[in-house]
Amino acid sequence: MENTNLKKLHTVTLDASKCIGCGSCVKRCPTEAIRVRNGKASIIYDKCVACGECVRICKSLAKIPSYDKLEIINNYKYKIALIPPSFYGQFNNVANINYILTALKKIGFDFVFEVGIGAELVSQVTQKLVAAGRLKKPIISTACPAVLELINERFENLKPNLLPLLPPVDISAKLARERAITHHGVAESDIGVFFVSPCPAKVYSLKANKMVNSHYVDGVLSVAEVYMALMPIISKLHESKNLSEMGVLGLQWASSGGEAAGVMCEKYLAADGIENVIDILERLENGSMTDVEFVELNACISGCVGGVLNVENPFVAKARIRQLRKKFPAVGNTLAEIDKPLEYYLVERQLQTDGQSFDSDRQIAFEKLMEIQRIYQTLPQLDCGICGAPSCRAFCEDIVMGRIPADTPCPMVKGQKQ
Amino acid sequence: MQHIHLEYDVDGNNFVSAGQATENVKFCLKGLGINPQMIRRIAIAMYEGEINMVIHANGGKAIADIYMDKIVVQLVDTGEGIADINQAMQPGFSTATEDVRSLGFGAGMGLPNMRKYTDEFEIESTVGVGTHITMTVKF
Repeated sequence: MENTNLKKLHTVTLDASKCIGCGSCVKRCPTEAIRVRNGKASIIYDKCVACGECVRICKSLAKIPSYDKLEIINNYKYKIALIPPSFYGQFNNVANINYILTALKKIGFDFVFEVGIGAELVSQVTQKLVAAGRLKKPIISTACPAVLELINERFENLKPNLLPLLPPVDISAKLARERAITHHGVAESDIGVFFVSPCPAKVYSLKANKMVNSHYVDGVLSVAEVYMALMPIISKLHESKNLSEMGVLGLQWASSGGEAAGVMCEKYLAADGIENVIDILERLENGSMTDVEFVELNACISGCVGGVLNVENPFVAKARIRQLRKKFPAVGNTLAEIDKPLEYYLVERQLQTDGQSFDSDRQIAFEKLMEIQRIYQTLPQLDCGICGAPSCRAFCEDIVMGRIPADTPCPMVKGQKQ
Repeated sequence: MQHIHLEYDVDGNNFVSAGQATENVKFCLKGLGINPQMIRRIAIAMYEGEINMVIHANGGKAIADIYMDKIVVQLVDTGEGIADINQAMQPGFSTATEDVRSLGFGAGMGLPNMRKYTDEFEIESTVGVGTHITMTVKF
């Protein structure tokens, strides 16, 4: 995988045979990235932030999130699974989470590493950075890749406010890889590191190497698929090995508010659900939230437990995570034990913004904007979606940007004339 | 001169919808590829203006005229007007009610910030008639 800013890596694809062109996804998409063309949904990948809302809303199950099939782990001799804290919320009646980790080893993984460990470390580094007072406030978390993409594409102004730390999954991948080499004596070339992802956004972000210079993760699997592989095994397990190493601090990252609570600053805000997130970002950009120091934003309702690749209802999973708290040690992994310099946790490369301008030449962009405004005045401004675009503004933009022929009529206006 | 004219009604007593005009203007400026810091200045000033009209004037009109090299934002209301503009321009001065303050507004930084973040700032107000603010930011 090379460093890439491209959106060619399709986050979600369409099963055209299932798509009925209902337009639900067009209306639901928070970045207006979907259109219905010739009766089928089509994604403008430049606008997609991989939030997974279209997958969630599609009744026809025509939206297929991209991820790697479980079989790919067999391409590597030594297989490492990275398990997000939200994974523990997927299982009902598991007396001991070590059964889950033990079962993961039974399905072929040699080493299971909890991403909650990376999360605990990120929390502690964040605490230090906040205490040092050198970060631009309000500090915005970088853990949710859909939010990160949204900020990068639409809220460039807020980029200086981003926490300059890698997300827990990248830290965990680095640590797990190193541990396999030093503790388990594995040759680096034999190692395959696989994240079990709750969402398509993490798949996209890890594949595109959004914040790192070299890739630490070799494949991104889906929670649902790994869950299905585990179920037959887990029910037959009679004993487990003590494999869990993380503490409560890491576990609580599974749901919204958990990261912010771990920062130990009083003035924090945690918002979840992509529309709520956008509202907060607009307000932050307008400078109207001066009394907040740390902002945690999750694109999915309830946080990572709400990811669209999960199997369990977000609220059920969140409740389970809460009940699991008492089973985890209050003090987990500490920075002192891990003993890494600050640089180890820092973002390795700055996000590249494509920008939202209609044209790199301002005169041309200006003319396009004039044309958008002119066409907009001729439309009924109902945002009815019948044309296949989510709003009248998006329809104008499609014409001006050449996505549809310039003489495309508005179906509503055409109807009135006849 | 060739320009884009946008006009929005700002609904009085509705804090939730305040900011919609600002959002639309931000969309246009991002489309033009205007420097993000510049957009931020305009957004802060315009949002303050919208909020002001909600708090003090039961709403009004937000008008934006976008040119190749600048944006001119006007906020026009028919509220009670400002008796002492110099006093109103002092940082920290506010006539907002306790109700509004409890929502986190009314810190007395609205007008001072609008002047601070714009290149040109004009305010005209007549008691009993209304207030007209004109702000310009040059790209």
